[in-house]
Amino acid sequence: MAIEVRIPTILRPHTGGAKSVEGAGDTLAELLTDLDAKYPGLRARLVTDTGALHRFVNVYVNDEDVRFLGALDAKLSDGDTVTILPAVAGGAFGLAAAAAVLQR
Amino acid sequence: MLRIDRAIMDAIVAHARRDHPDEACGVVAGPAGSDTPTRHIPMDNAERSPTFYRFDAMEQLRVWREMDDRDEEPVVIYHSHTATEAYPSRTDISLAGEPAAHYLLVSTRDPEHTEIRSFRIVDSAVTEEPVEVVDATVDPHAVQSYMFGQSPTSVDYECSDGGAAGVAA
Repeated sequence: MAIEVRIPTILRPHTGGAKSVEGAGDTLAELLTDLDAKYPGLRARLVTDTGALHRFVNVYVNDEDVRFLGALDAKLSDGDTVTILPAVAGGAFGLAAAAAVLQR
Repeated sequence: MLRIDRAIMDAIVAHARRDHPDEACGVVAGPAGSDTPTRHIPMDNAERSPTFYRFDAMEQLRVWREMDDRDEEPVVIYHSHTATEAYPSRTDISLAGEPAAHYLLVSTRDPEHTEIRSFRIVDSAVTEEPVEVVDATVDPHAVQSYMFGQSPTSVDYECSDGGAAGVAA
């Protein structure tokens, strides 16, 4: 079972510079655990201490945002491509205040 | 240093003014490794907020894939501040996810004067850099000379010295 995972520039130090790596897993959670074994520290950049996908990381399975596929429970099939992109966001608002107001 | 075409800078400022008081945001793509911004891509601010911006996730995927297909990268990532200075906020710094990009801040807080400043943000360290706006429409090597009273768009028949060549009033 092979899943292609496209790695954004900012996370490539974890994969030795590779922009694409291979992993396995029936769900996104399993895939990230699998990848973390090969590329230590990668999972921690994507999953928070409370076990949720980081708010400002976008993960896609093929052409779909995993937020609509169950997030970490998103199902994966052999041959899928998972793409990771850091969200492009910011603004004048303080981060904690923004999070509280946006409730996200 | 950020070197950017006048036409692209004008388009960015126009975008920021158009979306004011919401924050405007976007990308200028350029050939990978060139550090030259060539293709302006205004993005939707999915938050539509005067104090926060976020690229829509699906639009970002489409644009990032397109850049990849064209062998481009995001050379400039810009957004506007509508009531504060053109300096990265703590939020901007903590969320900056493209270490090779120039982060361009545009402030539209003053209706007459737009502040534009550029920064590198790497590992939460902010470094301001100068912005050089290149005006490609003016050829510095062009030699222009006109006969007296003439220009490329007009010919002036009135001779101000009142000489014999003057046209009768």
